[in-house]
Amino acid sequence: MQDLSLHLLDLVQNSIAAEANLIEISIEEDEKKDWLSIVVDDNGKGMDEETIEKAVDPFYTTRTTRKVGLGLPLFRATAQRCGGDLRIQSIVGRGTRIQIELQLKHIDRPPFGRMEDTIVSLILCNAEIDFVYSHKTNYGEFILDTREVRKIIGELPINNTEVIAWIQSYIREGLNEINGGVL
Amino acid sequence: MKTLKELEEIRQRTLEEVNLRKDRKGTRVVVGMATCGISAGARPVLLAFVEEVKKRNLQHVTVTQTGCIGVCRLEPIVEVYMPGQEKVTYVNMTPEKVQRVVAEHLVNGQIVKEFTIGAVEKKD
Repeated sequence: MQDLSLHLLDLVQNSIAAEANLIEISIEEDEKKDWLSIVVDDNGKGMDEETIEKAVDPFYTTRTTRKVGLGLPLFRATAQRCGGDLRIQSIVGRGTRIQIELQLKHIDRPPFGRMEDTIVSLILCNAEIDFVYSHKTNYGEFILDTREVRKIIGELPINNTEVIAWIQSYIREGLNEINGGVL
Repeated sequence: MKTLKELEEIRQRTLEEVNLRKDRKGTRVVVGMATCGISAGARPVLLAFVEEVKKRNLQHVTVTQTGCIGVCRLEPIVEVYMPGQEKVTYVNMTPEKVQRVVAEHLVNGQIVKEFTIGAVEKKD
């Protein structure tokens, strides 16, 4: 994966497959501590202990079209390469939390990439799921909650192309504000 | 700066058009978005479709995703479902190719044969 936003897009597919209807993506950058935390929380069907163990094994997948599942192993490899790790917590019937932590200024840390593209791709293709995206830096915090967007647009579908274009620019501008334009 | 007020305006402007298309049978564009697709560039392809559909105001087209279609080496893969027609599978897609698929296939009904899985597999 070229950047963190693509890793995230891939990671969240697991939450979608787990039939979550609320997915929260929380990113915290701390320049002072030189640390980056990425958490994905979902209210999907969760995994038992045995499945959690197998989830980071590249030769395990629940799908039937092929024999490998590389999403989690790839993201874990990226985290470990940058002095961090990927952890999974899950309760069957309640949901799953994936936490990735890594060194923010590590030379091998991939850039964030186009976070706004990842978020709108998710919303566009999964209009029945609510997403909360929060991104905190030392300069501020940006939050997008699709439940709030839905309140305003009423019966207009959230995957309407005009709405999607608005969300995309809204995220881009919000992230620029908390990053001084640099990602 | 994007404001919530703009969102309210979008709602008022767009709602009428949306109600018009509700009962019309539409075209579905499905992009493979598993690990294989995403790492091969599915996201820009998906968003290029959205952009073209918005630009041309193609009210009958919906763009959505699916998981791994099973031929990972040909990702990004896009399937087009048009009412009354067989599914068309485009492979090795790029945002540039999307423009042609939208113009020739979605608008004019002419399949872009050279991008389809049949044409590409024959060449290899």
